[in-house]
Amino acid sequence: MNRSSRPWSVAAARRALALVVLAAGATAAHAADLTVSAAASLTNAFKEVGPLFEAAHPGTKVLFNFGASGALLQQIAKGGAPVDVFVSADEETMDQAQRQGIAQAARRRDVVSNTLVVIVPGSVANAPKALADLAQASYQRIAIGLPASVPVGRYTKGVLEAAGLWSVIEPKMVGANNVRQALDYVARGEVDAAFVYATDAALMPDKVKVALTVPTQTPVRYPAASIVASPNVQLAAKFIEYLLSAPAQAVLAKYGFGKP
Amino acid sequence: MEAAWIALALTLKVAGWATALNLVLGVAVGYAIARGRFPGRDVVDAVLTLPMVMPPTVLGYYLLVLLGSHGAFGAWLIEHFGIRLIFTWQGAVIAAMVVAFPLVFKAARAAFETVDPQLEDAARTVGVHEVAIFFRVTLPLAWRGILAGLLLSFARALGEFGATLMVAGSIPGRTQTMSIAVYEAVQAGQDDAANFLVAVTSIVCVAVLLAAGRLVPGRVAARGS
Repeated sequence: MNRSSRPWSVAAARRALALVVLAAGATAAHAADLTVSAAASLTNAFKEVGPLFEAAHPGTKVLFNFGASGALLQQIAKGGAPVDVFVSADEETMDQAQRQGIAQAARRRDVVSNTLVVIVPGSVANAPKALADLAQASYQRIAIGLPASVPVGRYTKGVLEAAGLWSVIEPKMVGANNVRQALDYVARGEVDAAFVYATDAALMPDKVKVALTVPTQTPVRYPAASIVASPNVQLAAKFIEYLLSAPAQAVLAKYGFGKP
Repeated sequence: MEAAWIALALTLKVAGWATALNLVLGVAVGYAIARGRFPGRDVVDAVLTLPMVMPPTVLGYYLLVLLGSHGAFGAWLIEHFGIRLIFTWQGAVIAAMVVAFPLVFKAARAAFETVDPQLEDAARTVGVHEVAIFFRVTLPLAWRGILAGLLLSFARALGEFGATLMVAGSIPGRTQTMSIAVYEAVQAGQDDAANFLVAVTSIVCVAVLLAAGRLVPGRVAARGS
């Protein structure tokens, strides 16, 4: 064997590179990966539905990407994110996706529904008895999703505008980038109240309590659609169908979601 | 676009306050570490430099836990002074201060270490008071290095996002700084607003860095003497 150090280090580098390439190849072992961008409120339920779908379709792997529906849409629209299925928390965001030619209209289905609620920190004694109570001075900070990108914020703004309360409550608004951030603010006691979905409130029964259930201007429905640019359109369609099937709907119902 | 000018004004205010406070704190601590000879000095230096290498979200979380309504320090502030720091511009100042502190501290320490101690000793032999020595001998010799660090710290405070978002949240006019405004404009697909904010922020940052570059001691020496 040659004792000079240069050939040895080159051979070692080649071996290391070969190992890296093999390792990289080894990770892509599945027949198909399905990337699903879903609204933040679906996080816990979908993490349970994913493995069920994988069991029903061996060889597939479901990768989830959760966030505010508006932000998820921008990732696909501006960033060209390789998403196969998009599930948003309101029809408005999916309408935008359709208008921009991102979502396949033919595959669009409503998969679940939800309810808008007002929550307060679990430790407080008083809770608002009506929406108008939030205008009082005792509620200084109210977490509301940013209406431009977060569906729960849009539902909230619609409700408050219809009640003539938006101009009074907007100055107290602490903008949340997604519904789970609003939930977190209440759980930490950093805000006096927040507008979230009933399913989110149900995740932290010890830290937050539901004060009001708020009827919305439009029903809170979650549409799902496959993405036009997706290379896995058939699998995407199967996933959306699976969401409507009994096992998936049972999981969603367990978390408090309603029928579509 | 008006929202952008509001965000810019707020960002400059938060970064300005954070830098001013860091000037006092960074110079004082930098001097103490540069001149101090105590065991564990390097460990203290490392701990003080930590905010520069830690992920801002980690720092933000620590600050949230410490300064929040149920936090050790936060609860005390609310009880005794009625002061809430979360979701206020003062909270944003603290977040920016913490992340930018190492830049002033490190620059100040390095600047003080380059000051020839013989010059200070000479002043002592003439009978000048210690405090006067600091302000009339040491600081004038170290100010260029400190200023360079200060400008970098200002630029860092301008761009602070992760810790600020966790501690100060996003309230237009009160805590929505430029970086947070850009983030939210992109999320909402508001390209015009995002482009405008990005352009303004870039120009301000480049200007600050150019100014800092002119203060690097090497270039000063090449120009003047």
